[in-house]
Amino acid sequence: MSDLRELYQEVILDHNRRPRNFRKLECADRTCEGFNPLCGDRLTLFLDMDGDRIKDVTFEGTGCAISRASASLMTDALKGKTIAEVNALFERFHKLVTSDPETPPDTSGLGKLAVFAGVREHPSRIKCATLSWHTLKAAVTTGETKVSTE
Amino acid sequence: MGVAETTVTPTFDVDRVRADFPILRQQVHGHPLVYLDNANTTQKPQAVIDALSEYYLSSNANIHRATHLLSERATRAYERSRVLLQRFINAADSHEVILTRGCTDGINLVAQAWGRTFLKPGDEVLISWMEHHSNIVPWQIVCEQTGATLRAVPINERGELRIEEFDRLLTDRTRLVAMIHVSNALGTIAPIAEIVRKAHAAGALALIDGAQAAAHVPVDVQAIDADFYAFSGHKMFGPTGTGVLYGKAALLDRMPPYQGGGDMIASVTFEKTTYNTLPYKFEAGTPNIAGVVGFGAAVEYLNGIDREAARVHEDALLAHATELVAAVPGVRIIGQARQKTSVLSFVMDGIHPHDVGTVLDNEGVAIRTGQHCAQPVMDRYGIVSTARASFAFYNTTADVQAFVRALHKVKELLG
Repeated sequence: MSDLRELYQEVILDHNRRPRNFRKLECADRTCEGFNPLCGDRLTLFLDMDGDRIKDVTFEGTGCAISRASASLMTDALKGKTIAEVNALFERFHKLVTSDPETPPDTSGLGKLAVFAGVREHPSRIKCATLSWHTLKAAVTTGETKVSTE
Repeated sequence: MGVAETTVTPTFDVDRVRADFPILRQQVHGHPLVYLDNANTTQKPQAVIDALSEYYLSSNANIHRATHLLSERATRAYERSRVLLQRFINAADSHEVILTRGCTDGINLVAQAWGRTFLKPGDEVLISWMEHHSNIVPWQIVCEQTGATLRAVPINERGELRIEEFDRLLTDRTRLVAMIHVSNALGTIAPIAEIVRKAHAAGALALIDGAQAAAHVPVDVQAIDADFYAFSGHKMFGPTGTGVLYGKAALLDRMPPYQGGGDMIASVTFEKTTYNTLPYKFEAGTPNIAGVVGFGAAVEYLNGIDREAARVHEDALLAHATELVAAVPGVRIIGQARQKTSVLSFVMDGIHPHDVGTVLDNEGVAIRTGQHCAQPVMDRYGIVSTARASFAFYNTTADVQAFVRALHKVKELLG
């Protein structure tokens, strides 16, 4: 099971069982829905902005352990960040999970999000990890309210 | 004194047939492969793999244009498969066997060539809640194009067709009943003989989606009396990219072509083009010749095994797996029809099927997770997706046990 412990690390299992910021945000000024039609994972992201800074961020939805944990850890990491910082974080996270598993993972600037390095060995789970991030990117940059992984 | 009659339960030599399927010898993540994704696609016996290679090694040429030896050889091999398939489904004539790219291709052919031509506003097409998307979307498309209406017969909690609802929804406006023979998501075997009989009594045609049925239950299109019957090669131990659409000749004759191109024509001028006879009218372009040769080899392989004994073996695997899985705490089996083939769909409390699939894969067990191209079925049960194990005659009791052991590992890690 050692290979799976790389994917299902304690932090991920914890955030799956007790996802942080898992609720609707009534005062949200931006909302975006993300959907993965291949597995049915669906989440809604709620953002409360203060100018170009994220004041609060929450999510709701159904999904696998990887997608829930990713959304949970993502929302924890976003509070207080500016849109520019959010975009930079998105790029770093996306690069991490899609990088070649033969190379050492680049986890700089990712903090707890580094636990998703294990996803690289499981290509079928990459979209689980990035669903919430693509939803976030749409919410802060394009203003789209619905995105799909396909 | 008479001889006492004994009932002999056919025994199936599963080890012998397993030896015919080389892919099953693999290791996956350090464990023996336990391939339980047969409803998705089946594995191929050496005889089919050899037929494909042999075709390219010694017979490859284009068909139906024979002026040289290789072309004659290829044509003979291709048409031989057609006749094998005709006998496999007991069609009255080989020109009623259209060779397609697969079941989905065949259903789209009927939807466009028959549906587009004959459906009018106010007409109805009747399907069910347990259809695969391939027997839903083509009808949605053609109903939108023609102004006809699509209706669906609900299923009960066990995953069986609600016949009283079928009777109610079948009216004099129904032009076509299109139903799945065996549900890929639930394993349910539909009462298609009754469905076809009732459809005809109401003046409607009947199309049956046999993709999941062909590998597991005998198919006799004359006995069923279906107007159309579609199935895929890759789900019955044949190559991908192959399939059959069976249609009654009188119907196929009245339908315009589906795709235009080479081989489906009699003569072409810019003023007028005339079409070829059946089945070629519906076989435009160079087909997957090697695939069809392999498809014929798959039929011959199946003819060579005791299919009755294979079915008993699959039923026993299903019963064993169902008993063990039902005993795992927090597991709910989806689809418990009284008549089922060896498909076991389930959900685990608080654990997403995707995670079940990854843990099982790590133990060498291949199942499918997701919506199985049957979103209405998922909606019916109020769930997003399921995990599905599906057995073929080369699976074993050891496979069932490995599968259940892996389910316990899922609970250990994620429960």
